Amino acid sequence: MTAAPAHRIKGGVQSPVRHESAIGHVTGSALYLDDVPTVPGTLEAALVLSPHAHARIASVDFARALAAPGVRAAIAAGDIPGRNDIAPILKGEPALADGVAEYVGHPVAAIAADTLDQARAAAKRVEIAYEVLPPVLTIEEALERGLLVAPEQKIERGDVGPALDAAPLRLAGEARCGGQDHFYLEGQIALAVPGEERDMQVFSSTQHPTEVQHGVAHLLGLPFNAVTVDVRRMGGAFGGKESQATIIAGIAALLAWKTRRPVKLRLARDDDMQATGKRHPFLIRYEVGFDPEGRIQALDMLYAANAGNVADLSPAVIARALCHADNCYFLPNVRLRGLACKTNTVSNTAFRGFGGPQGMFGIEAVIDAVARHLRLPLETVRQRNFYGIGRNDTTPYGMKVEDNIIERVMAELDGAVDLARWRSEIDAFNRANPVVKKGLATMPVKFGISFNLTTLNQAGALVHVYTDGSVHLNHGGTEMGQGLFVKIAQVVAEAFQIDVEHVRVSATSTGKVPNTSATAASSGTDMNGMAALDAAGRIKARMAEVAAAHFGVPAGEIVFADNRVFAGNKSLAFAELAEMCWRRRVSLSSTGYYRTPKIHWDGQAGKGRPFYYFVYGAAACEVAIDTLTGEMRTLRAELVQDCGRSINPAIDLGQTEGAFVQGLGWLTTEELWWDRAGRLGTHGPSTYKIPGSRDVPPVFNVRLLPDAPNREDTVFRSKAIGEPPLMLAIAVWLAARDAVASLGDHRLAPKLDAPMTPERILAAVDDMKARSA
Amino acid sequence: MPTVNLTVNGKAVSANVEARTLLVNLLREQLGLTGTHVGCDTSQCGACVVHVDGKSVKACTLLAVQANGSKVTTIEGLASGDKLHPMQEAFREHHGLQCGFCTPGMVMSAVCLAQNHPNLTEKDVREGLEGNLCRCTGYHNIVQAVLAGAQAMRR
Ligand code: FES
Ligand code: FES
Repeated sequence: MTAAPAHRIKGGVQSPVRHESAIGHVTGSALYLDDVPTVPGTLEAALVLSPHAHARIASVDFARALAAPGVRAAIAAGDIPGRNDIAPILKGEPALADGVAEYVGHPVAAIAADTLDQARAAAKRVEIAYEVLPPVLTIEEALERGLLVAPEQKIERGDVGPALDAAPLRLAGEARCGGQDHFYLEGQIALAVPGEERDMQVFSSTQHPTEVQHGVAHLLGLPFNAVTVDVRRMGGAFGGKESQATIIAGIAALLAWKTRRPVKLRLARDDDMQATGKRHPFLIRYEVGFDPEGRIQALDMLYAANAGNVADLSPAVIARALCHADNCYFLPNVRLRGLACKTNTVSNTAFRGFGGPQGMFGIEAVIDAVARHLRLPLETVRQRNFYGIGRNDTTPYGMKVEDNIIERVMAELDGAVDLARWRSEIDAFNRANPVVKKGLATMPVKFGISFNLTTLNQAGALVHVYTDGSVHLNHGGTEMGQGLFVKIAQVVAEAFQIDVEHVRVSATSTGKVPNTSATAASSGTDMNGMAALDAAGRIKARMAEVAAAHFGVPAGEIVFADNRVFAGNKSLAFAELAEMCWRRRVSLSSTGYYRTPKIHWDGQAGKGRPFYYFVYGAAACEVAIDTLTGEMRTLRAELVQDCGRSINPAIDLGQTEGAFVQGLGWLTTEELWWDRAGRLGTHGPSTYKIPGSRDVPPVFNVRLLPDAPNREDTVFRSKAIGEPPLMLAIAVWLAARDAVASLGDHRLAPKLDAPMTPERILAAVDDMKARSA
Repeated sequence: MPTVNLTVNGKAVSANVEARTLLVNLLREQLGLTGTHVGCDTSQCGACVVHVDGKSVKACTLLAVQANGSKVTTIEGLASGDKLHPMQEAFREHHGLQCGFCTPGMVMSAVCLAQNHPNLTEKDVREGLEGNLCRCTGYHNIVQAVLAGAQAMRR
């Protein structure tokens, strides 16, 4: 076949197409849930949150609230017609506190009224009698008392005790990283609309429409087919709208059920920050045995997370943390234990990286300690411990690292920035400046792609071709700004060889693609892209048959290219062929389905191949600290990010930049501060500081690793991008440690945990000065 | 209830509001101009920025009655018909958006910034956008977009 033109379609894969809603976003016409006009009679809702970290709920009295103007309904746990359980993994996690309130901010009751002001005013009039109980607020306390929300998890290889004893050198230590609020700019919101008979339609700002569907059905005592959940777009999510959205949607649906009216529940920012879960803070303890070259021989680690009051997604977060406690390093004898500690704080949940960042934070603390002990550069110690190719290539959980390119990625970084020279500039600066000290550090990343739980790695899509040649695409993934919709449209455009403008992606709906997984684990494009490709391929095969009959050639000779369909030098427009298929009564619609191959995971044994492949990356960052005030600035960040053969390099660059800055926030300015009564002090942007335009490094260069197609057969050989670059920001933590260590001539390991607020940096500086004096 | 008279996106508008109604609520709820977003309710995030008499203002910080007699421009009033304002075009072109929730406020702040700084520098942009939070982009592409948009506005 020669006649098909070499001319490329517009917006196929590998092209930097704009976000599909870009025009809507810049003109304000893209609708978020709170912007969609509601029908008259729609009610607004407000929550009543527990003011106590731990208290028995003795009674709930709605009399005064119900008497307030405009109030239509009030509900508490006792008013739930179905099962008060929205647990995503385990069981027994109520949407409304049942009998006992377990954190400050725990939703205890909800009000629906004609206006939002009326609902919020009435919420204050609900009279709840509490019997206050003593709270458990810290990881240490929970550890001491053995309070866990899920059983301990373990990944183990070799015999770590004897291996530690046999190691020539040995160190023990501790590191901590804080939690993080998602601070999606669009807060949690849902609109529940009762339909005919028992139907309930829910519009939800959720990453997981299927879980909202299940949660609402459980709460209302309905079969799943009575509940339909739709989501067009979210104003950011980052994991915070995976399980947490179900609480909001569930309560809206309960009020809608009770009033038989549409009910909208939108949380005010302060309530959102108090009532919904965040990234898990971790306390990490380690004991490491190594040789004088810095090669790790044995490592015993404890990862203890503050899970909050219930399990939510914590078991899965812990599993991922343990599966990333190796980062890029071969650990011959290793024991990794993970504990999800129960405290009377909000239940922590998914957040971009999902335990991976904390897992890597731990091992990098170990590498940093070993390097300082031996007075070797971090890079040298790392290099001696990197997974090999064909040797030392099995992870603690028994998966062979087959696609290892970390040395190539590090070399790419070094080639771009000349680390040795950069280092000597930093040292020269530090010699000349007694007060402001600079630090430099690198960070390699290897991040596993697929949900740990094998079952979740499946996706569906639905594609229609209309008789004018335009294409309607639907899939199980949700758009939260990450560019998923445009990428999948590109995949379908490429499959049909039509310009991407002819492909329209519609709102995600449980009524169109059922039984979906959350859009999470960076896997949105990998899975939904493949499912869409499957659907498009089925339709294309039927169209090719029709074209073959029309041209009188075998179907194998039909070529789709440049918005046309070719048989030798004869051709039809794609739209003409679509119309022809319809006339010949050939279906132009298909579902598509995908399950990720090769993967398996035994959580009990902590063994398997949980990940289809790994994504790699590396960063080098420079910071400056003021040793008198503890202030810090990140001055320069240089990144190399692997994204396979990128489907959309512009989107992938944006994801890399955004993820890095989010990681930077986690480690620097974003501090969740609780008082002794378990009240969150930083529950709004005036006190909780996400990075602003002046906090990002003024020199910030991101490079996508060129010529690096995925060795696994992913969608057009691309790789996932959403989470991995977040962990590159750990370089900033290490660079700050380097700056502090410079005060002690780099001999001692600094005591610097995250987030690195000025207070923590100042304390680390003072400690370093005292110890090195 | 007090009546406010103002010009919104070139059209004269008259509305009855409560004395405590915020400008953002008037715009979103009474006038249906939902491109102006609410991200924080507490004057921190900048998602609600509009122009009041040519100045960028957080619409959740101003009472509707305070805008009485003013000319208000929202994100919906920036383009002329189908033709995007150069700043809107620059945000689109330079991928200065992801989830888009911060975008209207960013664009409105950026237009004002460009008008006030004839020779806008990267530093000016970073300082000038300090009151607008974005959780998605890391600001890199936003800064590029604002510089390009400012240049296009001068042409
Ligand atoms: S909503 Fe006005 S500044 Fe955030
Ligand atoms: S693009 Fe999502 S907050 Fe800026």
